[in-house]
Amino acid sequence: MNSFSVIKLVIKNLRARKGRTLLTILGITIGVAGVIIIISLGAGAQSLILGQVTKLGSNLIYVNPGKTAESGAPIPGLIITSLVNSDANALRDLNRVPYATAVNASTQGAANVTWGNKSVDTNFLGTDSEYSKTINFTMKLGQFFSAAEDIGGANVVVLGSAISEKLFSDSGVNPLGQVIKVKSALQDKAGGVPLRVIGVIESRGSSFFQNQDDLIFIPLVVGQQQILGIHHLQSIYIKVDDAANMDATIASVNTVLKQQHRIQNDINNDFTVRNLADAADLLSTITDALSLFLVAMAAISLVVGGIGILNIMVATVAERTREIGLRKAVGATKKAIRNQFLLEAVLLTSLGGFIGIIIGVVVSYLISLLMKNLGYDWEFIVSLISIVLSVGVSVFTGIAFGLFPAIKAAKLDPIDALRYE
Amino acid sequence: MNLINIKNLKKEYTTGDVITPVLNDINFKIDKGEFVAIMGPSGSGKSTLMHILSFLERGTDGVYEFKGQDIKDFDDNYLAELRNKEIGFVFQSFNLLPRTTVLDNVKLPLTYSKLKNQEALAKKSLESVGMSHRLNYYTNQISGGEKQRVAIARALVCDPAVIFADEPTGNLDSKSGNTVMFLLQQLNDQGRTIILVTHETDTANHAKRIIRIKDGNILSDEQVKKRTIAEADKDLIK
Repeated sequence: MNSFSVIKLVIKNLRARKGRTLLTILGITIGVAGVIIIISLGAGAQSLILGQVTKLGSNLIYVNPGKTAESGAPIPGLIITSLVNSDANALRDLNRVPYATAVNASTQGAANVTWGNKSVDTNFLGTDSEYSKTINFTMKLGQFFSAAEDIGGANVVVLGSAISEKLFSDSGVNPLGQVIKVKSALQDKAGGVPLRVIGVIESRGSSFFQNQDDLIFIPLVVGQQQILGIHHLQSIYIKVDDAANMDATIASVNTVLKQQHRIQNDINNDFTVRNLADAADLLSTITDALSLFLVAMAAISLVVGGIGILNIMVATVAERTREIGLRKAVGATKKAIRNQFLLEAVLLTSLGGFIGIIIGVVVSYLISLLMKNLGYDWEFIVSLISIVLSVGVSVFTGIAFGLFPAIKAAKLDPIDALRYE
Repeated sequence: MNLINIKNLKKEYTTGDVITPVLNDINFKIDKGEFVAIMGPSGSGKSTLMHILSFLERGTDGVYEFKGQDIKDFDDNYLAELRNKEIGFVFQSFNLLPRTTVLDNVKLPLTYSKLKNQEALAKKSLESVGMSHRLNYYTNQISGGEKQRVAIARALVCDPAVIFADEPTGNLDSKSGNTVMFLLQQLNDQGRTIILVTHETDTANHAKRIIRIKDGNILSDEQVKKRTIAEADKDLIK
C-alpha cells in the first residue's frame, strides 16, 4: 500500500467525521495558536523596548533618587528628595565627569493645561535646556528653550504634538506665542502659571511606557518652584561621548554624588546610577522569562490536546475493529494498519497545528494593529522558528499520542476483529 | 500438485490451563477448479478450518501445503500477501465499509496489492456480478443481495486462486441467496476454486463435493450426487 493511497484513505475517513475531527483537534489548535501568539508578542515587546532605547538616544546614563538593589526596580510610591539641582551642577564639572557631553536634570508631575476655554489634563516635564542634547527629538514648530530661558526661569513652554493638537487644532491658531495656563493637577486653585508657547515637538510615540507626545516641557525652576513647590529632582540623564566610556562615567557619577551627599560607603547611597541600555536589557530579560512561562502554559495545552487525540484514536480503533479485521483479511499487514492509524493521528494534529498557526498569526497581527493604534512602535513579528516549532510539535504530538492506538489496531487478531459486533 | 493439501491438521485453543481441542487429525486435498462445501453444525470446527485454510490463523500441528509449499515456512507478512493475492472472502454479514462507495469497497484489496490499473480492475469485477449500475452508491443505499454481490466482486478483484464463502446466503432472502449461489457456480464453471462453509444442506448441495465435520473430525468426504444448479433471478442480474 503506497503512502499516497494511505493519505487519501485517511483524509476520506476524517472527512466522513467532520464534526468529531474538528472537536478533536481543538486542543492542538489552541495550543499552537497560543505558542505563536506568545512568541510573537514577546518579540514585539522586545522590539518595542529596543526601539524605545534607541529612540531616547544611545550612551545614556540615568540617575534617580533613592537606593535600589542592582537588579531591582525603584520602590514605588515613595517620594525621595535626595537628588537636587546642585548634584546636577556638580556632574556638569568636566574635571569630575570628563566624558559627559550633556547633563539633563528633570522633575515631572501631572498638570492641567488651559487655553481659552479649552482644558487638558496631561503631564509636564520640568527640565533644562540640556534636554535637547540628551534625548533625540525634532522640533515641529519654533524651538526648545535656551540655557538663558532655563536658568532664568522664563515663563515659556514647549508642547508635545498631541497636546498642541488638543488645544489648537480646532481653532487653527498657530500655537507659537500663545499663552497657556499650567497648574499642578494636585492643586485645586484656579488660574495657574501663564506660560508662552515657544515650540512644538514632532510626534515620536511612546518611550518607556510614557506617551512622549502627551507631555509639555517647562524650564526646571518653573516646574519646581512655581508649579510643584519642591526643590528636588526626579531624574538626571547624562549623555556620554562614547559607548566605551560608559562604565568609567558611571563610576565617576557615583563618586561625585557620594561626595555631594557626604557618603563614605556605597551601601549608604541615596541614589541609583544606571546604564539605560542595561535597564532595557533587564526589561528584555523579564519579557523573555514571561514568554517562556507562557509558552510552557501553551505547551501544557498541547499535551492536553494530545491526550484528546489519544482518547479519540483509541475510540476510533475500537469502533473500526471490523474494518481492521476486514483489511487484514484482504491482505493488510500489521505495518499497513499501524501506519494507517498513525498517519490518521498525525494528520489530525497537523491539521490542528495548521489551523492554530493561521489563528495565531491573525491574532498576533490584530494585536500589533491595536498596539500601533495605542501609539506604540509595535512590530508585527512572527518568527519562522515559532512556526517550525509548532509544525514539529504538532507532528510529534500525533506520533506520540497516536502510536499506542495504532499499535493496538495493528495487533488485533483478524478473526476476532471480523466477529466483533 | 494439489492446490490445498492438509495432512494430520490439529488445532487447539489454550485458555489459561484449559486446552480446548477444535480440530483433530484432519486430512484432505483440494484441487484447482473444485467446488467444495465444508459442512457441520456450529461448534464443529468448520470456521476454524476455514480460517486456517485462508491463512487467517495457523494450525497447532500437522502440515498445510498450499500450491505444494508448507505454509509453516511463511511469516505473517507473507501470509498477508498470500491472502491478498490468492484468497477472496465472502462473509455472511458482507463486511462492506460504511460511508464508502461500492467502487471504493471493491478497490479495498487493491490498495494492498501492486496490481496496475486498479480502477479498471474494480469496474470489471463489478461488471461480472452485474453491479456496474451502482458504482458510486454508498453501501447503505443498496439491498442485502446487492451488498453480497459487491462482496463477491471485492473477493474477485485480485484474481485469487480460491474464494472462501462463509455462509454467504445466511443473511439473504431466498431470491438473493439464489443469485449469490448462481454467481459462485458461474465462477466455478470458469475454473475458479470455491470453498463454501455452511451448515445448511440445501446450500451445500450447490457444491460438487461436501466435507462433513463434527466435533473436529471429518465424518464424510464425498461428491454430491444430485447437485443443485442455481438459476439467477432475471430481475437481479441484467
